[in-house]
Amino acid sequence: MKALRRAGLAMAAPVLALLVAALVTSLVLVAAGDSPAAFWETILSWPESRVLVGILNDASVLYLSGLAAAVGFRMNLFNIGVEGQYRVATFAAAVFAAQAFLPGYLNTVATIIVAMAAGAFWAGLAAILRVTRGVSEVISTIMLNAIAVSMVAYLLRRAGSLRGQVIVTDTIPKSNWVSGIPLMGDSVTELYGLAVLAVLAGVTFSVLLNRTRFGFDLRATGHSESAAVASGVNVKRMVVYSMLLSGAVAGLIGMPNLFGVSHSYGSTIQSGIGFAGIAVALLGRNHPLGIAAGALIFAYLGEQANPLGILADIAPEIIAVTQGVVVLCVVIAYEVVRRYRNKVEQRDAAAALDAPNASTEVKT
Amino acid sequence: MTTVANAPTASTPSRTRRRGRIWIWLLLLLVAMSATRVIADAHDITSAGTLRAATIAAIPIALAALGGLWSERAGVVNIGLEGMMILGTLGAGYFGYHYGVWAGLVGAAIFGAVGGALHALATVTFGVDHIVSGVAINIIAAGVASFLAEALFAGLPGGGPTQSPSLPRPPTVSIPGLSDWTADLADRGWFLVSDLAALVNALTARMSLFTLVALVLIFGTGWLLWKTSFGLRLRSCGENPQAAESLGINVIRYKFVAVTMSGLFAGMGGAYLAMVASSGYQNGQTGGRGYIGLAAMIFGNWRPGGLLTGSLLFGYTDAARLRSGGESVHALLLIVAVALVLMAMWQLFRGARLAAALSMVVGVLALVWYLSTETIPGDFTAMTPYVATLLVLALASQKLRMPAADGLRYTRGQAG
Repeated sequence: MKALRRAGLAMAAPVLALLVAALVTSLVLVAAGDSPAAFWETILSWPESRVLVGILNDASVLYLSGLAAAVGFRMNLFNIGVEGQYRVATFAAAVFAAQAFLPGYLNTVATIIVAMAAGAFWAGLAAILRVTRGVSEVISTIMLNAIAVSMVAYLLRRAGSLRGQVIVTDTIPKSNWVSGIPLMGDSVTELYGLAVLAVLAGVTFSVLLNRTRFGFDLRATGHSESAAVASGVNVKRMVVYSMLLSGAVAGLIGMPNLFGVSHSYGSTIQSGIGFAGIAVALLGRNHPLGIAAGALIFAYLGEQANPLGILADIAPEIIAVTQGVVVLCVVIAYEVVRRYRNKVEQRDAAAALDAPNASTEVKT
Repeated sequence: MTTVANAPTASTPSRTRRRGRIWIWLLLLLVAMSATRVIADAHDITSAGTLRAATIAAIPIALAALGGLWSERAGVVNIGLEGMMILGTLGAGYFGYHYGVWAGLVGAAIFGAVGGALHALATVTFGVDHIVSGVAINIIAAGVASFLAEALFAGLPGGGPTQSPSLPRPPTVSIPGLSDWTADLADRGWFLVSDLAALVNALTARMSLFTLVALVLIFGTGWLLWKTSFGLRLRSCGENPQAAESLGINVIRYKFVAVTMSGLFAGMGGAYLAMVASSGYQNGQTGGRGYIGLAAMIFGNWRPGGLLTGSLLFGYTDAARLRSGGESVHALLLIVAVALVLMAMWQLFRGARLAAALSMVVGVLALVWYLSTETIPGDFTAMTPYVATLLVLALASQKLRMPAADGLRYTRGQAG
């Protein structure tokens, strides 16, 4: 009975949030003079196999981004800079891979390591500012995002060459490419070969967090910094490590696309993945499986919204409202559920304590 | 500095001394900039045009920072300022186009306040983590704005799916005699005199009424929060809500009001962006200014005067890059280099060898960079405001003191 109630409560929050988000989205649509029915018809229709593969591709990238954010969130460290770290790392990786220092897939592996290092470096700047100068990582990572955009644009102009309208880096050698997995026979698009990175990162994250001392320290610091300090955790070191780890994961975000589709870094790099990752992490409560669910929901909404303009004459931007409201509602709903659960537990505990007390009073 | 320190002061000597010191620093800064203008021959770094552009760039940041001040003084971290500002630009675009300048300002303020109320609902009523709620609001606001922009502006003449038609401009005021005279003086290129004249000119000629409104709001906030019992109560919610509660203050209500006001001011910052700094609403117009406003407020030590100084600093670096950017930012490099070398000497004098060595190395590097180049590439000038934010925070953040209960979760009845 108790387990059932707990499970029910855990499920209540996300379901409630999705319902409220649907309601708010519909209201916004009505306010703008669009038809909510046409919107939901498009969004809830069964995706074609091409779209299904697209959802999985997007989800794998969003998952990596969500993990990167979650590493920090788990210890109350707000790495808003996943966006910048991903950009710097992807650029560094594209330039490194194009040099072809190593043969074949060795180069791919080396490039992934370079990307992780570059992401960690960019995140490390914020970590250093935080532990030595006390600068809030929220502000510094946001500033580093903006700096990353300009710096990479500058370096791209030096290192890249004009191809059509856009500047791109040299194409990476063909032997490094990771071909897609033809998941569905009738789909033109294929699943990213390196989507496997998302699975690997998720498993590693889970093990690291739940089965290692580092993970324990990380979670302890997140729950109560003073308690962590009292039990011998070096919080400053933890800040640096988790920030580096977060940046390293952020470095992976660009890899599936770099080795699978684009094969070079261009000024058309997809922006906003880092911020979406934050939302996905919040949606999934920073839990490896939860983030996966969050990434799938976000990717589903994003891909399904694409034909909105053609099919329902609604601007696809509306989906950002849905996504944002889902996130806000989820965090509110979890909070409400948490308070309710606390109240119930307090009541149960009080009842359990009262019972023997009453009997002893009678005896004496 | 000594004259000010020795001046007879009645009740609060330290505060008067601090005020006096600020003026001396400002004068020193002006001298440094003037000297740089002459040495580096970068005419635009203190021209009236640049300073006016700096004001225009600074005010939206200052309004966002003012929003941050209200919110954080009541103990709620507001990273959603960016989103509230976005809502403000949208409100200004819609109401400004249909009903005129002042309706635009009010509409922007209301849109921003809605964002603020949402943040208050999540953080104050439901006790959600402040950063989490702020991030979510930024996502929602960006989505709402770009969706509604298409719905509201796409059919209008001169409008499009991502931008509004051009909006009416708020009226400007000049002080007739003074502005002409100073403009004339500023053109002479005299050391210090012309720079001062340019500064006066930028502040007296063709100043937008919105700028005046913003300044009144900033100084009015200073009065309201520090000189009235309402302000004392509001600040007590940010310092020690449990104590405030035990004195009978309705902490929840104060926090709610403060955060809503916070959104209101950020929204007005959005109106300034849409109607003064540019000629209409555009998608992505805020460009992170809400975040910079937050940084300016932190730099300003959670005080109105400080946040205005911080905003002017960022506004200035923003303006300098836009007006003959490569040259101006290149000249600013000289100031940074000299300042760092001087700081290194001061640190050495104080006995902090490592810090001194670090400052010296960076300072010399900046000097080498300055001497070995003629101008700075556009991409680097684009990052100037952000780098300035980081540097300033890195240098200043240890002397800052935020409200004691800032960012903490508060639930009624904690006072026990």
